[in-house]
Amino acid sequence: MGQPIIEVRNVTMAYGRLKAVDNVSFDIEANEFFALLGPSGCGKTTLLRIIAGFVSPTSGQVFIDGQDMGRIPPNRRPVNMVFQSYAVFPHMSVEKNVAYGLQVTGTPAAEAARRVGDALERVGLSDLRTRMPDQLSGGQRQRVALARALVKQPKVLLLDEPLSALDAKLREQMQMELSHLQADIGVTFIIVTHDQDEALSMADRIAVMNNGAVDQIAEPWVLYESPANRFVADFIGKVNLIDGEVSGARGGRVTVATAALGKVSIPHDGPASGRVALAVRPEKIRISTSKPGDRDAIATTGTIADWAYYGDSSHLTVETGDGHRLGVIIQNDTRTTIDAMDIGDAVHLSWSASDTLVLDR
Amino acid sequence: MGWLRAPAGGPLDYHRRWWLRAYVGLVFLLLYAPIVTLVVFSFNDSKRNIVWRGFTTKYYWKAWNNDSLFEAFTNSLMIAGVSTAISTVIGTMVAMLLWRFRFPLKSAYEGLVALPIVVPEICMGVAMLAFFSRVTGFPTDWPWPFNLSAITAAHIAFSFPFVAVVVRARLIGFNRELEEASRDLGASEWQTFWNVIFPYMRPGVVAGALLAFTLSLDDFVVTFFTSGPDTLTFPVKVYSMVRFSVTPEVNAASTVLIAITIALTVLAMRLQSPARVG
Amino acid sequence: MDHWRDHKLAFWVFAIPGTAWLVVFFLAPLAIVWALSFGENISITQTRVTGTLENYGRALLTPVYLQVIWKSVWLSALATAGCLLIAYPVAFLISFVGARWKMILLAAIILPFWINLLIRTYALIAVFRTRGFVNFGLEWVYETLFLDRLFGPFQPLELLYNNFAVGAGLIYVFMPFMVLPLYASIERLDKSLLEASLDLGAGQFTTFWRVTVPLTMPGIVSGIILVFIPMLGSFLIPDLLGGTNAQMIGNVIERQFKSANDYPFGAALSFLLMYATFAALALRAYAAGRRSAAQV
Repeated sequence: MGQPIIEVRNVTMAYGRLKAVDNVSFDIEANEFFALLGPSGCGKTTLLRIIAGFVSPTSGQVFIDGQDMGRIPPNRRPVNMVFQSYAVFPHMSVEKNVAYGLQVTGTPAAEAARRVGDALERVGLSDLRTRMPDQLSGGQRQRVALARALVKQPKVLLLDEPLSALDAKLREQMQMELSHLQADIGVTFIIVTHDQDEALSMADRIAVMNNGAVDQIAEPWVLYESPANRFVADFIGKVNLIDGEVSGARGGRVTVATAALGKVSIPHDGPASGRVALAVRPEKIRISTSKPGDRDAIATTGTIADWAYYGDSSHLTVETGDGHRLGVIIQNDTRTTIDAMDIGDAVHLSWSASDTLVLDR
Repeated sequence: MGWLRAPAGGPLDYHRRWWLRAYVGLVFLLLYAPIVTLVVFSFNDSKRNIVWRGFTTKYYWKAWNNDSLFEAFTNSLMIAGVSTAISTVIGTMVAMLLWRFRFPLKSAYEGLVALPIVVPEICMGVAMLAFFSRVTGFPTDWPWPFNLSAITAAHIAFSFPFVAVVVRARLIGFNRELEEASRDLGASEWQTFWNVIFPYMRPGVVAGALLAFTLSLDDFVVTFFTSGPDTLTFPVKVYSMVRFSVTPEVNAASTVLIAITIALTVLAMRLQSPARVG
Repeated sequence: MDHWRDHKLAFWVFAIPGTAWLVVFFLAPLAIVWALSFGENISITQTRVTGTLENYGRALLTPVYLQVIWKSVWLSALATAGCLLIAYPVAFLISFVGARWKMILLAAIILPFWINLLIRTYALIAVFRTRGFVNFGLEWVYETLFLDRLFGPFQPLELLYNNFAVGAGLIYVFMPFMVLPLYASIERLDKSLLEASLDLGAGQFTTFWRVTVPLTMPGIVSGIILVFIPMLGSFLIPDLLGGTNAQMIGNVIERQFKSANDYPFGAALSFLLMYATFAALALRAYAAGRRSAAQV
């Protein structure tokens, strides 16, 4: 990889004593699809607006393509944005909206017309070029916003919760389209979202933000399988957390004493001591009515307390003897899967020790 | 009394109760009857003005040929025109200021700007009288139309806050992301104002201007106190005629003024109706 | 919203024209009148501000002026109550009709605002005078019932130039002002609350008094203030409809400035009106503040 297209250096944004963004640093490589993921109010949108130039950070720097953006106003930055509300100008036709950014910067008319045509074609709006925004659907308006930004040939395209206003079906379709579009045109995308599915399915790398700070930056599967801390584990996907205390560590394994499972030995690199939480994803837990044989497995018993049916899968809640509740996801592999068990049944749970994570509490 | 309580339609369909409809109809009748009769009797061919004696437009010609009435009318239009132009610009700027910026003592400043709207007219009138005639010794012998400056200045003072309120109300619905999108696409602040913000607030500005025009054209109390003995405006002239007697000529003059204001009001409502907001 | 310090130039460009105009052609004149209210006449054309409170004393202690003030207050209060009673059902109906009728009725309520006050007042003269429409109608009824054979010829009622005419004029002119805030608050009222009340067993009448009225109280309060203050300071209506028999504060103020040439006394009277206005506004702000505090 060459020179990063975006470098964020120690950026802090403080409103009085509240820090919306707290000393954040990271690089984004050219042609990357990068996601800023976090719950609302975590500072992800503020960070995006700092990159776009709408907000000046209290301290820290942003470099775009090696150039310090310090006092450069938004209209002179080589980035463009797709706004959450799409911000399609209501008094201009589709075509005029897309041409706007070229007109105000004095692009020759012939070139502008050609580029507008290309951009509209790319998002599939060539037939609607004379429509006014109030005659468009939400999805079409979003395409206008996308074409309008892309026609500027930005080095980086910023997307602020671009799919949040769309319904579920359309959202899934747009996720695919955005991924393809990004691969096609080879422009760096930074997307802000609170939806983990969106980030996991589209992004090359994801930065998980919490309370203004970046907790972890990694590829989607790394975030899911090896979350850096309890917040990331809990925010991305579902997870069972079991409190415990480290009682010993030897040869790449730690021993953790828990109330729910007794003493368990888990493979773990790096330091671990004191109070910890064991994390295991619900789909990694095996459930059966008979005792499992696997020796490396962590095992416990309980009764099925709740059963939520989702068609392709079922989400079960199992109450273990001491009152702990564990979530288990089973695939409804066959049409008879759900007939095998019922609420109130006594079951055995087991999962591989290597599927268990030791996280700081 | 059972028929009074028997609801037509659902229990919340109050608008289907005949007695409520009848009552409201009566209120509207009483509200409009005096004005409608005033208009109708401006066409009545009788000086006594109470019994219908046939249709005529002669009182309109009489009013038209009444030199001092005509002069007053010209004065009023002149004042309203200048006052509207200046109030619209100033009022729009104040609206932008209040919409755009946070600044110390902002709510106090808002209260100050709204003051001309809430102060009783008579208080403002006598303040203008004291200010222009006694304290500043404002010259009253300038040639037309500059002899109207004092009245115009007073009209601007009570008109521009209304413009500011109307334009600001319009601006509140503005999506600031549109402005950011424009900046993001490479437009300067100046380009953004004229290409994005102004087109959005234009209906508010036009409605504010029409409001300013009508306020100025209709004003009696403030003008009555501000005007020197020689400057007549339309309402002041009508006032002196009304005090003298009720004549069809006054009806005719009033009808003309009503027609103008209704036309402007309809225009303003058209411009503010949601259908026209792109 | 941007902080003014981030865009100083734009801030001052927007701020200066309006503020300057307000200061020179509004605040300065008011300040002069305020100063004059503490002044004395030293010759026919000259006054000096001496800090005396005599003008206020004269206004509040001389029986003849006190009477005018008192009459202004009770006439305005009565007319405000009249406006409320007339306007509430109108506002209520408007907020329950369909969208199209709502537009039409609201436009019909707003339209009279735009018609010159002078003309509307003048229109009432033609209705109320001895040879006006009311008496004309009454005479027709009287003669149709052959009452003139029994009681002699019809005696027209003296409807003009008395307190009744002024009160009716105030109601006529200000009633539309009352409708709008009432309409706004009834419109905002969640209609399912009324359904809930009916569902819980309250009748229409109980629902109206226990649910609708309390929840639309903000509209009632601001309607009352919106109407009462301009009524108190009205000049044209009592001048044209009341004649010399039914004068209000406005007429006394006018006389001090236009004919009696007693500026300090007129100034004191007009500032009594100003103080009343400020008090009413403060009351409204206090009520609004308490409401929003209660909602937090």
